[in-house]
Amino acid sequence: MAHPQKRRYDAIVVGGGHNGLVNGAYLAKAGLETLIVERRHLVGGAAITEELVPGFWFTTFSYALSLLRPDIIHELELTKHGFMPLLMSSTFAPGRDGEYLLFGQDHQRNLKEVSRHSPRDADAYDQYEHDISRVCQALKPLLDNVPPNLFSKDPEELVAMSALAQHMRDLEPRVLHNAVRLLTGSAADFLDDYFESDLLKGYLASSSIIGTKVGPRSQGSGLVLLYHNLGEHDGVFGAWAFHKGGNGGFTQVLARAAQAFGAEILLEAPVSAVTTSNGRATGVALEDGTEIAGDVVVSALDPRRTFLELVNPRQLPADLVENIERFRFQGTSAKVNFALDGLPTFPGLGAGPDLYRGFTNIGPSMDYLEKAYDEAKYGWYSSAPYIDGAIQSTIDPDMAPPGKHVMSCFVQYAPYHLKGSDWDRERDNLGDVVQRTLESFFPGFSSLILHREVVTPLDIERVVGLTEGNIFAGEFLAPQMFFFRPAPGWNQYRTPIDGYYQCGSGTHPGGCVMGAPGKLASQQILKDRQQAR
Amino acid sequence: MYLTTPFHPRVEARNETGLWSHWSGYLVAEKYQLSEKFEYFAIRNAVGVFDSTPLYKYQFSGADAEKFLSGVLARDIRKCRIGQAHYTFWCDDRGFVIEDGVVLRQAADRFLLTSARPNLAYFSNLIGHDRVYIDEVTEQLATLAVQGPRSRQVLTALAPEVERLDYFHLTEAKLGGTEVTVSRTGYTGDLGYEIWAAADDAISVWDAVVEEGAGHGLLPFGQIALLMARIEAGLLLIDIDFESSRYAWNDEHRSTPLELGFGWMLRGLDPDRAFIGHRAIKREIDEETSRWRMVGLIVDWKAYDEMYQQAGLVPPKDHLPVTEEFMLYDRDYQRVGYATSFMYSPMLQRHIALARVRPDLAQVGQAVDLEVTVNHRYQRVAAHVARLPLFNPQRKTA
Repeated sequence: MAHPQKRRYDAIVVGGGHNGLVNGAYLAKAGLETLIVERRHLVGGAAITEELVPGFWFTTFSYALSLLRPDIIHELELTKHGFMPLLMSSTFAPGRDGEYLLFGQDHQRNLKEVSRHSPRDADAYDQYEHDISRVCQALKPLLDNVPPNLFSKDPEELVAMSALAQHMRDLEPRVLHNAVRLLTGSAADFLDDYFESDLLKGYLASSSIIGTKVGPRSQGSGLVLLYHNLGEHDGVFGAWAFHKGGNGGFTQVLARAAQAFGAEILLEAPVSAVTTSNGRATGVALEDGTEIAGDVVVSALDPRRTFLELVNPRQLPADLVENIERFRFQGTSAKVNFALDGLPTFPGLGAGPDLYRGFTNIGPSMDYLEKAYDEAKYGWYSSAPYIDGAIQSTIDPDMAPPGKHVMSCFVQYAPYHLKGSDWDRERDNLGDVVQRTLESFFPGFSSLILHREVVTPLDIERVVGLTEGNIFAGEFLAPQMFFFRPAPGWNQYRTPIDGYYQCGSGTHPGGCVMGAPGKLASQQILKDRQQAR
Repeated sequence: MYLTTPFHPRVEARNETGLWSHWSGYLVAEKYQLSEKFEYFAIRNAVGVFDSTPLYKYQFSGADAEKFLSGVLARDIRKCRIGQAHYTFWCDDRGFVIEDGVVLRQAADRFLLTSARPNLAYFSNLIGHDRVYIDEVTEQLATLAVQGPRSRQVLTALAPEVERLDYFHLTEAKLGGTEVTVSRTGYTGDLGYEIWAAADDAISVWDAVVEEGAGHGLLPFGQIALLMARIEAGLLLIDIDFESSRYAWNDEHRSTPLELGFGWMLRGLDPDRAFIGHRAIKREIDEETSRWRMVGLIVDWKAYDEMYQQAGLVPPKDHLPVTEEFMLYDRDYQRVGYATSFMYSPMLQRHIALARVRPDLAQVGQAVDLEVTVNHRYQRVAAHVARLPLFNPQRKTA
């Protein structure tokens, strides 16, 4: 195991996922001697790229970029270190019986594509995009600021609450109402108000279920839909990009930026506990017994590990422990990644690369998605799952040998808790289900497969450390967001232990490769240090 | 009727947009894909090919070719060895820039010069008693630019001599069964090459390169992607960033080499070389009379975002180059320069511009305000001066 260069640091960040790296980079940039400790042999957490077969680079878990806050790109000077979000120039949504939606970069052309399925959906699509963008513009400030503490009588918090209320009051009624409909309602209700095409609704509703144990008709799916549109790429809400070298390429950029600001990264250094003395964090103890002293300790792990594993829950208020114990994880997503000998063929369209220069969305109708969810409700994985495919090698030739491809498939639903079986038994069966599903849309798909990697929620938990394999480090459910993420009163990155902070995706604003939790936590830490002087 | 280049059958087959424009009388693709930005990323992350045949090309030969060019071109051609290329420019006798171009030295007495506009009469009228022959070979030579980080790999597979070709050097090579010249030059600011082939061989060259590049993400790219790349690369464009002094109506529309940032090509100026404009240029250097300096500008992202947010708008990040003039001001609202090319750079994730500013404000980091329109009103947004090129990957020269 490697050893830290110093015995004492101003700040120690536990966990080198993207939020840990962002947090460490900001702290180092502010002049703190910062150490980032990572359990594995590489940083990135769930945002890693691995060469599983020679020449084939797999985005094992996280696979695309959208919600990353633009201010982080600038403030951490990421372009200097190789930040390169590659444009996904198309989105392909195959349907049944040769139907499909193929979107590209020409908006008016896309409207014609919608029109092919339903002429009235064409301007409805424009209206929908505009309405969603208005809501995103209204809510964006919430992603970029520490949320107020609803339960505090501190004058500063009361001012923040009043500013938030004022911000909401200033919104146009239609924008505020749409926001509430999305935050509390179902994606299906929202989409049904605009569209009639099943294929289009299936495609759009796919964003309402990703990473979350809801179906498009569940209340709460609207929030997930909105969340996935809150991201932006080069100024366009809801647009996604593939980072050069996959999301692992991105976290390597973050690591270089953090190091350039002076942060030290210690790999293969699992932390067994945060050490405390008199209610104050004093550093970390590694599993090999090494103790490293730190004025500030920041956990980039999920809330369960942050509060119940790294520290002794007996040190914490009982209501917080209770809230964390009932915090919903219930991971429901899996990945199946392929090395392919060529591009899949879609009947009628062939195997042209322009089909695959973005997401390939297997969710041909709202019914399809809802039925896939039905099975998860009763403790089993979908027999016809939703798949978000991405053949990144069509955009980044460095990810596969010439003429060959890698395909990342995000799969839902695959609930962490299986009824009457377990994931070690079902892993290959899940791979077969996904393969069969792809085969049904792309005849001959199986014959292209050179290698298959199945990543179940259990694997996500084992490898990355995300509890129950929840990709957002905690479900995106209204009672677990904003004022309440991860627990009422503890939404401002602090913990009841002085000097111990949280910065993972289990804090506001949440998961996805966004970096906001890492950044906002660093602001809070720096503010507290300033006030302590 | 427009002209077509020797690559046209292939260009036409690949252009999926039906969007064309005219360049020096030739039909050229605006973009091949519905997304020019995707083509731009082929240049920056894979490999792209661009048909640059419409550039004017002049062959200079004869015993006095070097002597002639050293008196006509401002950059000292005598320092350009055989097998080397120079970015160069030529001036009028008042030291104002006429044009810029690239010159390839193929032999002691043979040079190939490109220019954006016709210059044959201009050069021919300067021959005097020199033993030099000038032939326009624009139509005889097809030029295919192969640009991007994978360009070396693709071309080396076809012609191994490309692997060791240095920046701004050229080599004869056999490519797709035909004799060509390959130069390590281009207009993208990236690793890249240009293939110079006989017009009759154009198709076989295109086919060989496109076939070899297929597994490397190769895409043909059009005018728009090229014009995006060149702004990042700090490469000036005639009639956008400067005008030919031959056709300018007044000196406000003329530029000196120092004003355009060409000073580096005049370093170690030989006092005995009497090229056209040398006296005026020397005077400008000695007396520091330049009116402007060409610089890069980077817009303050925070100020830009806030300006639009406050206006109730989503801050636009449009990668399409805007080639209108934007005024630059100091904090006292005095005009201190103007930007000529403006865009949002996806690689730099910033709004950038090529601009000229007063020489005393040309140092890196200097703050200036850029005037834009927001909600139909002029507004100023903070920017700072940056060194050109704004995007300059190591691989370009490595």
